[in-house]
Amino acid sequence: MRIRLLSTVAAVVGLTLGAVAGAASAADPIKVGAIISATGPASFLGDPEKKVLELYADRVNQAGGVAGRPVQLTVYDDGGAADKAASFTKRLIESDKVDVIVGGTTTAATMAAVPLVERGEVPFISLAGAVVIVEPVKKWVFKTPHTDRMAAEKVMDDLKKRGLTKLALVSEDSGFGKSGREQTLAVAKERGIELVADETYGAKDTDVTAQLTKIRNNAAAQAVLVFGLGQGPAVVTKNYRQLGITLPLYQSHGVASKEYIRLAGGAAEGVRLPAAGLVVASQLADSDPQKKVVVEFTKVYEEAFSSEVSTFAGHAYDGLMIALDAVKRAGGTDKAKLRDAIEQTKGYVGTGGIVTMSAKDHMGLSLDAFHMVEVKQGDWALVK
Amino acid sequence: MFAELLQYMLSGLTIGAIYALAGLGFSIIYNASHVINFAQGEFIMIGGMASATLTASGVPLPLAILIGCGGAMLVGVAVAKFAVERARDASTVTLIIITIGASIFLRGLAELVWGKDFKRLDAFSGETPIQFLGASMQPQSLWVVGCAGVLIVAIGLFFNKTLTGKAMLATSHNRLAAQLVGIDVKRVVLASFALSAALGAVGGAVVAPITFSYTEMGIMLGLKGFTAAVLGGLGHGPGAVAGGLIVGVAEALGAGYISSAYKDAVAFVIILAVLLFMPNGLFGKRGAERV
Amino acid sequence: MNRILHGRLTGLAVLGAIIAVLPVFLTNNFYLDVAILAGFNAVVCVGLNLLIGYAGQISLGHAGFFGIGAYASGVLVGVYGWPPIAALLAGAVFVGVLAFAVAKPILRLKGHYLAMATLGIGIIVSIVLRTESGLTGGPDGMMVEPFKIFGVELYGEKIWYWVVGVLLFVVVWLSLNLIDSPMGRALRAVHGSEVAAEVVGVDTARFKVMVFVLSAVFASVAGSLFAHYAGLITPAKADFFKSIELVTMVVFGGMASTFGAVVGAVVLTLLPQALTVFQDYQQIVLGAILMATMVFMPKGLLPTLAGFLPSRRRA
Repeated sequence: MRIRLLSTVAAVVGLTLGAVAGAASAADPIKVGAIISATGPASFLGDPEKKVLELYADRVNQAGGVAGRPVQLTVYDDGGAADKAASFTKRLIESDKVDVIVGGTTTAATMAAVPLVERGEVPFISLAGAVVIVEPVKKWVFKTPHTDRMAAEKVMDDLKKRGLTKLALVSEDSGFGKSGREQTLAVAKERGIELVADETYGAKDTDVTAQLTKIRNNAAAQAVLVFGLGQGPAVVTKNYRQLGITLPLYQSHGVASKEYIRLAGGAAEGVRLPAAGLVVASQLADSDPQKKVVVEFTKVYEEAFSSEVSTFAGHAYDGLMIALDAVKRAGGTDKAKLRDAIEQTKGYVGTGGIVTMSAKDHMGLSLDAFHMVEVKQGDWALVK
Repeated sequence: MFAELLQYMLSGLTIGAIYALAGLGFSIIYNASHVINFAQGEFIMIGGMASATLTASGVPLPLAILIGCGGAMLVGVAVAKFAVERARDASTVTLIIITIGASIFLRGLAELVWGKDFKRLDAFSGETPIQFLGASMQPQSLWVVGCAGVLIVAIGLFFNKTLTGKAMLATSHNRLAAQLVGIDVKRVVLASFALSAALGAVGGAVVAPITFSYTEMGIMLGLKGFTAAVLGGLGHGPGAVAGGLIVGVAEALGAGYISSAYKDAVAFVIILAVLLFMPNGLFGKRGAERV
Repeated sequence: MNRILHGRLTGLAVLGAIIAVLPVFLTNNFYLDVAILAGFNAVVCVGLNLLIGYAGQISLGHAGFFGIGAYASGVLVGVYGWPPIAALLAGAVFVGVLAFAVAKPILRLKGHYLAMATLGIGIIVSIVLRTESGLTGGPDGMMVEPFKIFGVELYGEKIWYWVVGVLLFVVVWLSLNLIDSPMGRALRAVHGSEVAAEVVGVDTARFKVMVFVLSAVFASVAGSLFAHYAGLITPAKADFFKSIELVTMVVFGGMASTFGAVVGAVVLTLLPQALTVFQDYQQIVLGAILMATMVFMPKGLLPTLAGFLPSRRRA
């Protein structure tokens, strides 16, 4: 009998603790919520994103906030798990009652959050790559990074320039990798490139020699494209050199970070990928409208964190800034007006490119916002 | 054809050597205390992380590995003393939960100390692949197999030739009898944890250049090391080593010839088959408790 | 005899009262969400408790059954257009058959070997779910349609709270009944000493298998409903960590205590949410709590707490 009574007490105490822990805070601030994969397989995207959001929320507040209102940032780490992302999104919308959400490091996390933000009617700026996030257009969902389709197109264009027509594909089993694979297959057909191999690997795999051996033995392959994000592609790159494969190696923009070069080491030499102007800031022509923004961002980031910029940091910056700029234009944080203002972003110069959104285009970047870069001596070099 | 097979066998043997070390660690601890130490994988992780971060800040490689080893041994003894010893008489389930709790705790601690990103450790003797009968091999693989081999032989000698080793063996055969002849079984348990931790840590350090080192690296390595130990017969050291190599090679061959997506499942399918048909593993004692 | 009945009813009544009154305190959908998740975990744990606490067997792969139930619902409803209730039943039947096929040979094993076998099964299930991405959506999971029965769509935290509350109540009632039935007594005999039980004529193998299958089916049903509630399921829900979480909940709350299993589930579901306050220290605190509880309270939370009170029921 006592046992039953105690279970009651224990349960009530437990739930109260939970209630206290979830208590939110007050008043006038602009509440920005973020779900970031700061740990887990996507940590090399999520960690700089988190740092940038926190840094810039601080900077904006120190400069007086937006229209006199401070920015209150709430960041949750989903560890790369889509279901945690969904539950944290719920928490942001229902419990923390945020005005806008910036985040969803991975495509999976973003897609998990989408039904929740659509139902909760909260504007959401995603930091993930797959084209499915904005096609078909969803009312409350926007994104800052370039899509995987754009990456595939950019790579195919470069292949054609080099006179190569037979491509081997190695894609990751993550949301981004799968979507990238679909887009690559579709774009290849459009552009007349033949796909001679289609291998997959797991995001957490530490060895992909089996898959690469098959490609090495495939005499038809003229180049290899790897579609993945985070550290998986670094493992692929290392194994690639270890097996002595000399074909040109392409990556997607899922590795546009110095972390990739650091992890893959010398193996990354000669790898080409499409990236935002941010990573080659100093190499951009002075007349490039992006130059001022990316150089400034690079300076601030490197001073604050003593490590080099990556496009992911840039995407987070763009996301936050577009959101705050929209608050200014909407004259407040009424979610519907805020959403409209985000959709009306025109000519915004960001680290990813020049953003012009519309009711049909919730990303706003065009193909020339992407630059083909090559890894030369451990650094990015613009391919002219 | 042959080159392909050789390629798979080489990568299988490399990772199999790590599974062997982990399995051996499990066996040693199980022998001394009848505890399955689910934190074994974390010892591997500590070795890898310590070596990577220390060398990155300029410490020479051998010293870094030694420090990593020492650190892991301290952690192992701490786990033995504060968690396992206190729960001596608890049920199997409770002990399993304790070591799992220890592994979660250690992972959390590692994240705090070393951060959540992936650490790179340079290969010990460079990355130029060695061409061997049509397959290419990383020089680091030789280090892995070599170190594992040396350690295993050393452990064998330790158990058979030194007094402490024999005391540990005696404890595993019959704890009460060992106590009766004056062996301090508590010390034996602590020593077994320290030894397994050292094995794991060295394994972690040599494999880090291949797999990168990160706080979650111990999870799968630990679990597969466990399957290696069970495959060989829980408590049978050489069996665990054989088990590790078998699992590693089977995995690589499966990935190459059947399906690379199901690579991780290979170890567990093997284990189920073994448990269903040969519950005591390849070399374990016959006569399982059956009801 | 009276007192046993009385005791059982009191416990159920208290549980029912808590379930009925709780929504008053849960002021937003997020809190309801946490309560619902705790409820689902509790359902699985009550079943697992029968296996671990009463029958004395170990399962380190139970999340696999949960996952199969969840994906059965997701795939059959989403891809093949089955009605949700049919998918739920199909999942439960499939899991029941699988558990039966697996239990017979495996339950002969003891101790560590049994743990390993169930671990292996659980992991294989989660790997299959993760790999067959054509069917299951791969590691990032798949979306699941809401639950529709008799044309009514169950959607939203408020409705699901009641669904889970009722489910939990029913499952606890079933479990309590089982424990006090001849089968329950047979189970406790098996736990006490298998050899002795056999000697007395208890068909231990049969009972062990029955309990394994029953607990697996509980998990599958919970999984199916969970999939419809959450709208999204990932293979992570079937993996090793989830299995460990479930075992921890049972052991933490108190093995051989149905209400203990419920308390364990509730506390350990709330803990990660409460621990987000600790951010970077989350894992450390969780691991420390696990170790400390098992070292200092090896019987679990409830029996230990009860031990501190003068027991009226001491015979």
